Amino acid sequence: MPSLIKVSHLSKQYQNEEVVTPVLHDLSFTIEAGEFVSIMGPSGSGKSTLMHILGFLDHATDGQYMFEDTDVSLLSDDQLAAMRSHKAGFVFQQFNLLPKTSVLQNVMLPLMYVPMSEDERIAKAKQAVEVVGLSHRLDYRSNQLSGGEKQRVAIARALVNDPTIIFADEPTGNLDSKSGAQIMKTLYELNLEQKHTIILVTHETYTAEHAKRILRIRDGVIVADEQVAAERRQAAVAGELK
Amino acid sequence: MELHETFKLVSSNLRANPLRSFLTMLGLIIGIGSVVLIVSLGAGAQALIVAQVNSLGSNLVGVLPGASDDKGPPASVFGIQVKTLVNDDVKALLADSRTSHLTAVSGYAQGKAKMVYANQELEGGSFMGVEASYPQIEKITLTGGRFFSPEEDSGLARVAVIGSDVSQELWGGDDPLGKTFKIKRESFRVIGVLQPRGRVGFSNLDKYVLIPLSTAQKILLGWRHLSLIRGRVDEAANIGETIQGMKEVLRDQHNIDTAAEDDFSVRNAADAVELLKTITDAFRFFLAAIAAISLLVGGIGIMNIMLVAVTERYREIGLRKAVGATRRNIQNQFLIETLVITGLGSIIGIAGGAVVSALVTVIARALEYNWEFIVSLPSIFLAVGVGLAIGLAFGFYPARRAAQLDPIVALRYE
Repeated sequence: MPSLIKVSHLSKQYQNEEVVTPVLHDLSFTIEAGEFVSIMGPSGSGKSTLMHILGFLDHATDGQYMFEDTDVSLLSDDQLAAMRSHKAGFVFQQFNLLPKTSVLQNVMLPLMYVPMSEDERIAKAKQAVEVVGLSHRLDYRSNQLSGGEKQRVAIARALVNDPTIIFADEPTGNLDSKSGAQIMKTLYELNLEQKHTIILVTHETYTAEHAKRILRIRDGVIVADEQVAAERRQAAVAGELK
Repeated sequence: MELHETFKLVSSNLRANPLRSFLTMLGLIIGIGSVVLIVSLGAGAQALIVAQVNSLGSNLVGVLPGASDDKGPPASVFGIQVKTLVNDDVKALLADSRTSHLTAVSGYAQGKAKMVYANQELEGGSFMGVEASYPQIEKITLTGGRFFSPEEDSGLARVAVIGSDVSQELWGGDDPLGKTFKIKRESFRVIGVLQPRGRVGFSNLDKYVLIPLSTAQKILLGWRHLSLIRGRVDEAANIGETIQGMKEVLRDQHNIDTAAEDDFSVRNAADAVELLKTITDAFRFFLAAIAAISLLVGGIGIMNIMLVAVTERYREIGLRKAVGATRRNIQNQFLIETLVITGLGSIIGIAGGAVVSALVTVIARALEYNWEFIVSLPSIFLAVGVGLAIGLAFGFYPARRAAQLDPIVALRYE
């Protein structure tokens, strides 16, 4: 069985008026289904760019990115949109909920681009909201929620399409430590109990150690690829490191 | 995303900001509204003018003294007295075989004079001397009494058939039949009262008093000539032939050899109607074209707002793309938003234009003009078509810009 993600010699550079800025340099790694991987590094290290490429939001300049059996670099714009629709779910630092729109409507958004009946959409969205424990907030508008609740709605939105993989880009960056810990616990449980593959981008060691494995990036190069010791992981989930 | 779901999304977006949605459409509403209004008012005004001219009778042929050419009417129209038409001309027209299609002909002699009954004076009254055949030429109905006879005409009888306004002003609600009143100090007896006929151009037919032609010429005016001659042709198809015949008869009467020397002009009502239609059509289209410029301005306004809306919603666009929306999904969303705005704007504009036109109709009728309310279906289709075309033309660019946004750039946009 092939790896879920197989990246070989992947490079990315931005070109802006003759000036070429290299961001990622010759990265190679694999991620298996069911893994929980943190991509860690200081700001400007290229970790977000890597996540965007892995999440079908951006193209690599060089190298190969195989997702399941698909060479992602060969996909057209519409095919990338289909990959985002069916394979990936995103959780952003800024939540990115639609303003003045109900929790249910926000969670239903990814389903609007998939052919299915309205009843089916509502049923799936309610189920996803239940997973993150916000069923009592279904009809609230997104601006009536606390930060932690907003991010849980975003997680429900990422889950609603039954994605193969969930991408979380600094999901605790805009939250207080208590809400942040709850969000991380939710992600941890999604991986442990529901076997979702999760890729987490963060610059905090504490957050990163909720994962089984950490890819450390600095200046566009992987400097370390390490497993998280079981006891440190337990401590992170229990919140003892904070 | 299915089309009907896009519509749902768009309508909830528009409802979320009703004032702004309305202001976005306002330019288009005004543009479409003024096109519909102008076309409608133009049609109403045209119908009114044509109806007034037709009320004289479309098989009517008139002879005015003095020459006319293609450039303008004869001098007599401007009140200059030309004495070339005389009573013998009428007799000749009736007798000649070249004008056998004329069923009735009458000479007219017109003048203004003070009219008095008891202590009442009528200002701006006119008398018109006509022959007994007048009721066979012009469309009149008597509310009471009778018209005068050929014997009364030749016998210089002092009898009068009065217009409805004359009756109202001199007698109020009383019955004027049989009453004697004065025109230029001569006594006349009322023998008939006319039903209201309305206005033709600037003259109010209801302020006329009809008296026998001989009486008017010999007693009131001291003339031997006529103001005009009118005749009725048996069928519309014979009008052209009859006009030609009348010209020849009158040339013989006046000893004229060529058309260039004509001292009279022959006209018929159908020609006048055609001419009026041509002129009023030109005005209508000219005004509608000016109003159409405001449609262009409205369209540019919509494009402007849509570009702002795209910029405002960068993050929403980025998010939609991140959760699976294709370029086409995004493009359709914004294009349909523009189309809904222009479609709604067109409908409101048409309704607004029609309502104002209806108000004008009500006011015109209150002022006793026989005004028709006309909003034609083609003008509505045209307005909607133009509105939607503007939506497509001016909505396409903003929609395309939204569709081509890079999701990452859009998501990071502050």
